[in-house]
Order: sequence, then structure tokens, then C-alpha cells
Amino acid sequence: MSDLHVRSAERPDFLTVETSEGAQGLQARDATSTLELGRELGAVLRANGLTLDPNDVDLERRDDETMIINMGPAHPSTHGVLRLMLELDGEFVLRTKPVIGYLHTGMEKTGEVLTYVQGGTNVTRMDYLSPVANELSYSMAVEKLLGIEVPERAVWIRMLMAELNRVASHLVWMATNGMDLGATSMMIYGFRERELILAFFEKTAGLRLNLNYVRPGGVAADLPDGWQDDVAIICDTIFERSFEYDQLLTGQPIFRQRMEGVAPITAEEALALGVTGPLLRSTGVPWDLRRTMPYLAYDQVDFDVIVGTYGDNFDRYAIRLNEIRESIRIVRQCLEKMPSGDYRSQDPKVTPPPRARIGESMEALIHHFKLFTEGFAVPAGEVYSAIESPRGELGCYLVSDGGPKPYRLHVRAPSFVNLQAVPLLMRGGSVSDAITVISTVDPIMGEVDR
Amino acid sequence: MIPLPPMAPPGVATSESLASDLSCFPTPDAYVALVRAFKDDGFELCADLCGVDYLEHPGRNLPDSVVPTRFEVVVNLLSLSKRQRVRVRVQAGDDEPRVASLFDLYPGTEAMEREAFDLFGILFDDHPDLTRILMPEEWEGHPLRKDYAVGRVPVQFKEAPGPR
Repeated sequence: MSDLHVRSAERPDFLTVETSEGAQGLQARDATSTLELGRELGAVLRANGLTLDPNDVDLERRDDETMIINMGPAHPSTHGVLRLMLELDGEFVLRTKPVIGYLHTGMEKTGEVLTYVQGGTNVTRMDYLSPVANELSYSMAVEKLLGIEVPERAVWIRMLMAELNRVASHLVWMATNGMDLGATSMMIYGFRERELILAFFEKTAGLRLNLNYVRPGGVAADLPDGWQDDVAIICDTIFERSFEYDQLLTGQPIFRQRMEGVAPITAEEALALGVTGPLLRSTGVPWDLRRTMPYLAYDQVDFDVIVGTYGDNFDRYAIRLNEIRESIRIVRQCLEKMPSGDYRSQDPKVTPPPRARIGESMEALIHHFKLFTEGFAVPAGEVYSAIESPRGELGCYLVSDGGPKPYRLHVRAPSFVNLQAVPLLMRGGSVSDAITVISTVDPIMGEVDR
Repeated sequence: MIPLPPMAPPGVATSESLASDLSCFPTPDAYVALVRAFKDDGFELCADLCGVDYLEHPGRNLPDSVVPTRFEVVVNLLSLSKRQRVRVRVQAGDDEPRVASLFDLYPGTEAMEREAFDLFGILFDDHPDLTRILMPEEWEGHPLRKDYAVGRVPVQFKEAPGPR
């Protein structure tokens, strides 16, 4: 055996430097401050100093007992480009640190060079699973600054589209969550049902994903002829099939064992971390902006706010499944109560004239030209408008200096904030639970990184 | 108008903003004390924290007693029990913007403060891990500052200058 040449991999220095972790990554314990260590361990309730649960993960662990591994950014279960650094003791996760920014494209900076008319195309790409929510939050902020009223039909169309979008978004969540747990048939069903909604979006707005449909002043186009039939079919089909998902997943023992009691969070912890949406409601806090701070016409429709009890994975699943049914309930009421009238404001400074008017009216031509070259000026001021997106509170903080472009456009992205709960949820769980945690937190990386 | 919480530090200027939220303008020294007073008064959730660079818009509307600086940190607090929002706007400084971190009060501001540091260069005292969060570590400059060049791609017209 002595003559057998053993090849040892030469590791060039530059390679080590290239792959070494900087300050953004998870550091060894002795290189981490106590405060940061506590955060990475998920101890967050610091009202009275750093409190760690001694039964959970001990602080005194030495670095040579544990291993720091890297998960992502191209891991199939990370739903995009989320990168997690995990400190493991065997199979169990001690510390977690999400490393983000792989999808950062500077959309807030881009928002400052686009006019208010163009801005919708920018924000709609943030949370790519619920574009209507982004546009809605942005448009409502602009409208508040402008001080214009949106016609009633536009309000109801917005509500209809937002709820359909919530259904589509939750369906994708159901699909990918099923995929993460190995229930590949759920994956196929979720995307199949979402296709119905996307087809309707295409019919209405012309696009399937990044709609740019909700615009300051109203919506881009009226609902197409025969929309009632389309929406009724969508509602009936998805409502009926939601019970098939129930059969497929809810009662399935493997699914329940992966979900029940895994990664719980308390209401106190969720509030301290700023967590909103299904994650917060799973802890039993009935906080849904549609109900608690109504916008659009949500105070005129009947729906239930779904809350959980234990704050575990299963509650988060159950909430999303039932929110699909509640959204369908709202959509059906929109179908009944849809008022007639204009689908956008008739203020010529904000709304472009109809195509047919441009050929015959000088004024319409001027308005059209001004609107699409220079945009409309918005009074100076600042405003924060928040709505309930499928993932939580989606806020838009807008500062105007009186010009046709936002001076500052900041989006309070629910995924970005909710991601901070991941270290807490993963603490003490196994790596396979980590997959379900990422899935049930439901981060959309386009929105996290913007 | 929503009143200030009973434990609020004295001398905080307020104004009613467009969104009918109460806006408070504490000095950097009174900033954490004011946010703590709001937290004790039932504002459980820190919804949002972001920076704004007012380099090109110095003449903004502020109460008379507030001295405007280039950078501002805007905090949106939310009370679930009262169903109210308040906005705290603190003047962070001109050359080396610096305010205290809210991490002790609301651990959820950790990522938001890192984002404000990354994109504006605002420093947060006592933040546990003030590193870049969205930009690469070796990145130079803070992209959302108004004097940060946006760059351009000359595509459409041969001789026309870009946006900046």
C-alpha cells in the first residue's frame, strides 16, 4: 500500500479567502458578542436583560462541538435565494442566521427615478406572488398624498383582485409547502388551481404575474365582459377543491407529524419581533388589518379572521388554508355587490384620457402627453399606508417634495421582518424541521431584498 | 389628535400628518425615552423603521422647534390594543448620522436598522450586529443616499445624457 499515491487536494489561498465568511455570516461563538449570540439563538425578549431558556440551548457550548454549515442560497427548499447559516450539534440546530441580499436590485432607489405613473411597474415586482397587494399599498399612499377619492367601483374591483391574489398566493404556498414535505401531488394541485386565477388576471389586466393593474386613481381597466361567470367558476372550483386538500394533507399522519407542535412561537415573541400576518395570527392574536384598520370596503363585507392557538407549523398551515376559503367568501360578496360606475378617477391630472379622445380633443392630447412624459405632481408631504398582504402588514412610506417623482419610497416588506423569527423558530429543531420552518414563514425573496 | 403618552420626555414637538397619524419629533437624546414611553403606553409593535436622506429637499415641513438635519430616521409604531399608529421622526445628523438603537425595546428593529445602516450609513448605537444586510460586505458607499450616483446605461440616443 505504501506505493499508492494519495492525492491530497491542494487548497490555494485565494480560494480560502474567496469563500471565507465575512461579518455578515455566522461567526464562531467566541467571535460573537453575547447580545448577538442571544439573537442568533432566538432569545429575543429582552425587556429585562438577555434571557435565555437554560433548558433549551446552553450558552457554554464550545466551538469544537458544533459545526456551522451553509444552506442555500440555491437550496431548493429555500424558495428562492435565501441563505441560512446553521450551527448544528449533530442533527439539531442551535443558531441560525439568515443571510439575504442575493436578490437585491435597489427597487427603492429605482422608485426615486420613476414618476408616480411609472412607479406601479416597479413595486409590483417586489412581492411577485401578490403583485396586487404591492400596487394597492403604493397607490393608496399616492392617493392619500394627492387627496383624491377613488370611485366606488374601483374600490370593489381592487378588493376583488386583491382577494383573488391572496388565494393565488396561498395556493402557491400550499403547493411549495407540500413539495417541501414530500407531498408532490399537492404541488401539482396548488399550481393547477392558481392557473385559473392567473388566467383571469390575464383576461383582466393583460398580464399574469406583474400586473400593474391597480394604479393611482383607480385600476388600469374595467373588468372584462362575462367576468361574473369566470369569477363564479373560480370560486366554486377552488372552494370545492380546498376540501380535497383537507383530505390530502390535514388528516395525513405523516404531514401532521411534521407540522404539529413543530417550531412554536408565542404571541409575545411574535410582537417583539414585529411579526405580522398568518405568523402572528397563528399565536392567537386576532390582528388582520382588513378587520382592525379597514381600508377599501372591507368593513362592508363579511369574513372571519382566522386565528390559531399554538403558533406552530400546523396552525400556520390551517390559517392559510382557511384564509383561502374566507377570501373566496369575500370574492363572492364582491360579485354580488359590485357597483356600476367608473373604474378610475375622472381627474384628468391623474388619469390618462381614453384613447379615442386623443384624436379629437386638444386638451386630452395635452393631458396624455404631460402625464406620460412628466407625470403628475404630488403635494409635498409624507405618508405611511399599510394593508394586509398575504404575508402580513405591507406598508408604503412615501415622501414627496412636490415633484412628479417620489422623493423617497420605502416599502415595509412583511417577509423581511418575518424572516427575523426564523432563528427563534429553528432553535432546538432538527434540520428537516428547518425546511418546514422556512416554508411556513413563507418569505418571498423579491420582497425581502427589494 | 392622539395625546402623547404620560411618560413621554418633555419638549417633544408633534404635528398631525396627512395620514392622521401622530408625528413626533424628539431630539436624538429624547428618542429612546419617547419610544419607551410609547411602548409602555400600549404600542406593542414596531411596524417599520427607515432612513430618509433630505439632501435635496431641505425645506420640508417641520414644527418650528425642530432643527432639520440631512438624515432622518422614521419609526412607525403600532398599537394593537388601541388600533392606532404613531410616527416618530428623529433628526439623525448631517455628516455622521447616529442615533440610538431600538433593539432593546423592539428586537424586531434589528434587520430594519441594519438596512438603514447599509443603505444610508446611519449608525445605530448598541446595535448587536451592525453589518451590511442587502449589499455585499465589501461594497463602498451607501446607495440610497442622494449623492450616490445611480449609474446609467446609454441605450436609446447616441448623444443624450443619462438621468444624472
